[in-house]
Amino acid sequence: MVTNEPGHAELDCREALHRIYHFLDGELTSERRGAIEAHLNGCSPCLQMFGFEAELRKVIAGKCREAVPDGLRERIAQAIDHEHDRATT
Amino acid sequence: MADQARFAEDTEQYMGSLYSAALRMTRNRADAEDLVQETYLKAYRAYGSFREGTNLKAWLYRILTNTFINSYRSKRRHPEETDLEEVEDFYLFRRLGGLEAAAAGRSAEDEVLDSFTDDEVKKAIESLPENFRITVLLSDVEGFSYKEIAEITDVPIGTVMSRLHRGRRALQKALHEFGMERGLVGAQSG
Repeated sequence: MVTNEPGHAELDCREALHRIYHFLDGELTSERRGAIEAHLNGCSPCLQMFGFEAELRKVIAGKCREAVPDGLRERIAQAIDHEHDRATT
Repeated sequence: MADQARFAEDTEQYMGSLYSAALRMTRNRADAEDLVQETYLKAYRAYGSFREGTNLKAWLYRILTNTFINSYRSKRRHPEETDLEEVEDFYLFRRLGGLEAAAAGRSAEDEVLDSFTDDEVKKAIESLPENFRITVLLSDVEGFSYKEIAEITDVPIGTVMSRLHRGRRALQKALHEFGMERGLVGAQSG
């Protein structure tokens, strides 16, 4: 499906795609990041796939936030006050 | 050593993300609230042993995760959760027309991603077996590093990476199923 195009022989598509998640996770050395960036700049199919995975990550992170329910903040503050009183008396 | 008198002020900012994570873990609001309250109380008691300057958010997540595993997981009687169906890499992308759509200059995939509702994303995460769910949550939602996740969940980094790899693919499959239910995506395209 993804083929190696001329001009970026340093890192092939297979290896670039293999490391996409490590790249997105910020777990690569700057040297490896650079090699992947160079590959992506010259390979639109890989760039497209990379863009999709990056966008998916944003969607996942952005769509499962919850507001702290009314009352929980107060209950926690009370529980800590109570614990403080218990420990100091 | 951290000052217990400053506990509330120091930790208040993490309550929202801890509650979000607790809700994904327990999958119900009452348990999630109890879990967060218990986490804060434990953290308060232990705050004297927290070394200032180290990662407070990771420290709180470690208490949250341990409390969940020790107190809440045992309440549930789910079948053995260690098995997870094998799913291919880039599952979702490959089923959204992928490269053909890209070649045609369309960005149908991004539109599909945006159209997923909050509820669908939450349900997709909650559909993952527990170990995978917690690991994916800590990485994709909370942005912890592999090393931090290894410390929070008390497993080797290699285990974190393999749980992420498999968990993310299963998450893509779950999202794809929601997409099919709503007719956003076709059943097969490659």
